[in-house]
Amino acid sequence: MNPIWEGLQEAFRLIANLDPELLRILAVSLEVSGLAIVVGMLIGVPLGVSLGLRHFPGRNFLITLVNTGMGLPPVVVGLFVFLLLARSGPLGDLNLLYTPAAMVIAQVVIATPLVVGVTLAGIQGLDENLRLQILSLGASRFQYYWKLIREARLTLLAALAAGFGSIISEVGAVMMVGGNIAGQTRVMTTAIVLETRQGNFSMAIALSLILLLLALLINWLFTWVQQRKSA
Amino acid sequence: MRKLSTLVLVLLSLSIFLSACGGTTPPSEMILATTTSTADTGLLDALLPKFEQQFNAKVKVIAVGTGEAIAMGQKGDADVLLVHNRTAEDQFMKDGYGSIRKDVMYNDFVLVGPKTDPGNVKGMEIIAALQAIAGSKDAIFVSRGDKSGTNSKELALWKKASITPTTASMQYLSTGQGMGETLRITTEKQGYTLADRGTWLATEKTLDLQIVSEKSKDLFNPYGVIVVNPAKFPKVNAKMAEEFANWITSPEIQKFIGEFGKDKYGQALFVPNTSP
Repeated sequence: MNPIWEGLQEAFRLIANLDPELLRILAVSLEVSGLAIVVGMLIGVPLGVSLGLRHFPGRNFLITLVNTGMGLPPVVVGLFVFLLLARSGPLGDLNLLYTPAAMVIAQVVIATPLVVGVTLAGIQGLDENLRLQILSLGASRFQYYWKLIREARLTLLAALAAGFGSIISEVGAVMMVGGNIAGQTRVMTTAIVLETRQGNFSMAIALSLILLLLALLINWLFTWVQQRKSA
Repeated sequence: MRKLSTLVLVLLSLSIFLSACGGTTPPSEMILATTTSTADTGLLDALLPKFEQQFNAKVKVIAVGTGEAIAMGQKGDADVLLVHNRTAEDQFMKDGYGSIRKDVMYNDFVLVGPKTDPGNVKGMEIIAALQAIAGSKDAIFVSRGDKSGTNSKELALWKKASITPTTASMQYLSTGQGMGETLRITTEKQGYTLADRGTWLATEKTLDLQIVSEKSKDLFNPYGVIVVNPAKFPKVNAKMAEEFANWITSPEIQKFIGEFGKDKYGQALFVPNTSP
C-alpha cells in the first residue's frame, strides 16, 4: 500500500526483532564514531584549553584555523584521508584504506576542530575572577587547568555532543575511506544510502529511526546535565 | 552604410525567429528507462541527438538499474526500455507489459584481479576461476552487492559454479556501491571482481589490476529494447517508442554502435547483435 507506512511497520519489526544485520551496522557505527570522539576529545580538549588561556603570537591565526575546521566539509576530509592512505599514497604501506581505522582517522579530523572550538568558547566564558582566584590560591599549572576543566565540564559535554553528533551522522567521508563494505565498514549512514538506492526503505527507515534516537539521547543527556546545574 | 547593415541584421534575425516559430511542430516527448551502463559509457549521449533530430523527438533518459527500469515499465512510467536482464525481460513480455522486444547489442563482463594473481586463476575459464578464488586462502573477491545487473550476473555465475559465496567461507567483500567505486576498492584491497568491459576500459589506467578471465559465453551481457505495451498503458507514446526500437536496430545505427568507443579505448564497448 503506502510505502512510508509499510516501511515504518517493517522498520519497527526489524528493531524489535534485533535484526542481526541492523545490530552489526549499529555496532560498527558506535565503535568507529565512539573511538573517534574519544581520540578527538583527547586531542581537542587540551588544545582548546591552551588556546583559551594562553596568549602567544599567532594565536588569532590558530583560532581562525579552528573556526574554519569546525565547518570542514567531510568529503574534503574524506578526499585527503583517501589520498594519504591509498596504496599509492604516502601511508599506503599501512594498508588502512577501506578499514574501520581509516574511518576513525577521518572522523577524528572532522570532530577535533569542533571539540577545540567548543572547549575554547567555554573556557573563555568562565569568570575572569575565578581564574585569578585559583591562581592566587597557589595552584600549580596542572591544578589550575584541571580546576578550570572541572568548572567547564558542561562545556566538555557540549563539545562531546557536538563532535559525536557530527561524525555519527556523517556520510561522505566514511563512504570514501570506508567503502561501505558489508559487515566491516558499513555504518548507519552509508547503509541508509545503499538501502534507499535499492528501494529497501524499511531497513533505511529503521536505521534512520535509530540515528534520530541517538541524537535525541545525546541532547537529552546534555539538557539534563545543564538543567540540573542551573536548578 | 552602418544603418544598412543594422537593417540587414534585424531582418535576418527576424526571419530566423519566424522560421523557428512557425516552421516546426513541438517535439514529441518520450521517456527511455535504461541502465546506468549505457549512460555512463556515453553511448546514449552519442546516439540520442541523432534520433531526436531525425524524428523531432525529445527523449528523457532515466538511467537506473535494470530492475528499476523494468519496474518503471510495469507501471507504465516509461515508453521504452533499454535493459540487460534476459530472464526478467522475457517475463516482462510474457506478462503483457511490453508489445515489442528486440535484441540490440551485447557487451561482456571481465573478471579482473591483482597483477600478482594470488589465486592463480589467469587464463582460466570463468566458472573454474571463481572456484579457484573461493578455494584460495589468499584471494579476496569484491562484490558489487547492490542488486545491479552486474551483481545479478555475478551471483548467477557463483550459482553455476555451485558455490554460495559468504564471508564465512571465503574472503568475500560486499561494497553495495557502483562499478567505479567497487573497482577502486578492488585495486586497494588487491582482490578480484567482475566488471563490465566498458567501465573496466574507462578506468583501467588508474587501477593496479589486470583481466584474468574473459570472452567465455557465460560472460556475455545482452541488451534488449522493449516498447511498453500501449494496450495496457494508453498514455504510452507507442508511436515514438516503436520508431526508436526500429531505429536502434537499423543497419546504420547498429554499425554506429559497433564502432562506438574504438577511437577512445581502441576497441568497441558494445557488439551490435540485432536479428532481422
